[in-house]
Amino acid sequence: MKFVDEYRDPELAKRIAAEIARLSDGRPLKFMEVCGGHTHTIYKHGIEDVLPRSIDLVHGPGCPVCVLPMGRIDDAIAIARTDGVIFTTFGDMMRVPGSKGSLLDAKADGADVRFVYSPLDALKLARQHPERQVVFFAIGFETTAPSTAVTLLRAKAEGIKNFSVFCNHVTIIPAIKAILDSPDLRLDGFIGPGHVSMVIGMRPYTFIARDHHKPVVIAGFEPLDIIQAVYMLVKQISEGRAEVENQYTRVVRPEGNVRALEAMARTMELRPFFEWRGLGFITHSALKLRSEFADWDAELRYEVPGLRVADPKACQCGEVLKGVIKPWECKVFGTACTPETPIGTCMVSPEGACAAYYNYGRFSMAAERDHLRSLSQTP
Amino acid sequence: MEVKPSSEQEAARLDAVLQKIERVRQARRHKFYLRDERITLSHGSGGKATHNLIEGVFAPTFSNPLLDALDDAAVFSLDGSNLQLAFTTDSYVVSPLFFAGGDIGKLAVHGTINDLAMAGAQPLYLSASFILEEGFPIADLRRIVASMQQAANDAGVAIVTGDTKVVQRGKGDGVFINTAGVGLRRARWPLGQTCLQPGDIVLLSGSAGDHGIAIMLAREALDIETDVQSDTAPLHTLVAALLESVGERLHCLKDPTRGGVATALNEMALASEVAIGLDEQAIPVHPGVRGACEILGLDPLTIANEGKLLAVVASEAAEEALAVMRAHPLGREAAMIGSVQAEPPGLVFLRTEIGGMRVLDMLVGDPLPRIC
Repeated sequence: MKFVDEYRDPELAKRIAAEIARLSDGRPLKFMEVCGGHTHTIYKHGIEDVLPRSIDLVHGPGCPVCVLPMGRIDDAIAIARTDGVIFTTFGDMMRVPGSKGSLLDAKADGADVRFVYSPLDALKLARQHPERQVVFFAIGFETTAPSTAVTLLRAKAEGIKNFSVFCNHVTIIPAIKAILDSPDLRLDGFIGPGHVSMVIGMRPYTFIARDHHKPVVIAGFEPLDIIQAVYMLVKQISEGRAEVENQYTRVVRPEGNVRALEAMARTMELRPFFEWRGLGFITHSALKLRSEFADWDAELRYEVPGLRVADPKACQCGEVLKGVIKPWECKVFGTACTPETPIGTCMVSPEGACAAYYNYGRFSMAAERDHLRSLSQTP
Repeated sequence: MEVKPSSEQEAARLDAVLQKIERVRQARRHKFYLRDERITLSHGSGGKATHNLIEGVFAPTFSNPLLDALDDAAVFSLDGSNLQLAFTTDSYVVSPLFFAGGDIGKLAVHGTINDLAMAGAQPLYLSASFILEEGFPIADLRRIVASMQQAANDAGVAIVTGDTKVVQRGKGDGVFINTAGVGLRRARWPLGQTCLQPGDIVLLSGSAGDHGIAIMLAREALDIETDVQSDTAPLHTLVAALLESVGERLHCLKDPTRGGVATALNEMALASEVAIGLDEQAIPVHPGVRGACEILGLDPLTIANEGKLLAVVASEAAEEALAVMRAHPLGREAAMIGSVQAEPPGLVFLRTEIGGMRVLDMLVGDPLPRIC
């Protein structure tokens, strides 16, 4: 299929992998991707299997479903249970457990929860059901925030009053900052998120190279995109450089998407702080609706518990998200916490590092053992 | 400064991790547990949640030798007869009722015919029960019933008994159909999901994911235009051709309906305690399905089919089975997609296009509405 097969050529992959092995010369390197889409591609296509064993990919806080704290999910469920509300959400949010069940459970219990592929579909529902209140559960990084912004602008322009947004949009840069400031950090570089960068451009990452001397390569979502990004990172390191580079030139412009940023700026503003699951409170890391859009703000329209719920004690999502431990090093991975009965959110979304590992993990016990041995021998 | 752990500590840590991975592997092969307090849509997805429900509620309560095989159809002989009968039932709750390539009526006839065919049986008689919602247009009902009769005629089976119930408006979704079927078993050798042997070859009769994607795209929320059509079709003549030519070297037949090829193969691997290795590039997928899956973030291997079968045959019969399938109108795009191995038992894995390797798990429980 055109525009897909070109990016999945096994021969080319082998050649680049050989070049990565030559450049890195057996030196163990750890790179973090901070985009759930990348994590998914890596597992779905078995990319770790193609790369030299000395390259270790760490799956950072890139899945918006995984970083949402339980308290916010409880709030969402409270709104969904309100009489007359049609609560709309992206599909993978449905199974994420709050402190007392998930949206899927609330739906089974009688709440009108529907999944949509876009906030504009939620607005369409509001037009079709003028007698009902339609709430959209807005989650995601700068990738999905512009579509929420455009939907809000349209709702205001059309004067649609039975529509509101429960805003949980987060921004990636403060999260990367938090990880870089973490004392247990052992990373050699970052694979930059493709779709987020399409919106925000390349400039916001410069501090990573300048202040922390870690290379960043913004990458696309096909297997060869990731493999090439790893090659570019290794090349920078072998040449002693730390720069922000763009592998995803077919989509990402250095300046980003000015119109999308404008729409976001017109509708949303930074929250003073926001809680990230596993990472704790991070300043200026999330967006809320501007006061001009108060009429469409579900947080103001509905009474929500607004309680902070501590993560289950056994859950080590935070360490997984920071790359301190691998998914299978978590105490409950694969035993109490599985995709069917997730405890931590990393297990819920197929983009979550734990679910991806559980579903697509290496098949061979022998290969696993060899790999672990090689990792444990690293200095 | 970092303190380097001693080699013993390191070895102990490594052992702990390896034990954990082994536990996960065990857990994957394992029994299914039902922990939910209420039915959710996941229980109808055909994947793990459905198995949890079946093994948590129905199987232990109804348990008997015929049911316990948990195959698509029960197979038995009547006293004193050397004829074997296959008996099966299935309910159809698809929305929308009419879609590209078929409708609920056609699906209800084909689905039950296929369940009988997968047991190696020639379908003979079907029943048809209707649960109708108050207010449902009679014209639509006529259309569905005519489509059922047409499908039955084409397949050479008769609908010989039935039932009708009406529920209040809002208590149904237009029409639900249940069909049951009886067939005469032609295969007189062990044939089923427990019969896979290391060395066997896995064949798929055509492209994966057509039905599920056609249904998803028929739902109004998705404005994606493709030429994807449901593949709904009766597979009994294709099965008859395979039984005739391959005979006892045919070890298992399964139609990958809900949960798709991935779920069907996982069921086989678990039931036979073998591993199945697949070659992603060998699996036929239509461009429209592939494109829709790329856009929606779905895997064609977990999407439902209604006119495809998986055949597992002894390796020496693989070429012949492939030729027979390709000679049949419903198997023109048939392909050998993988092979059966002894280790590691209960696991399905996939060599990806890019040359990597990964586990192919059962569908866990999708958030998508029902599709068949």
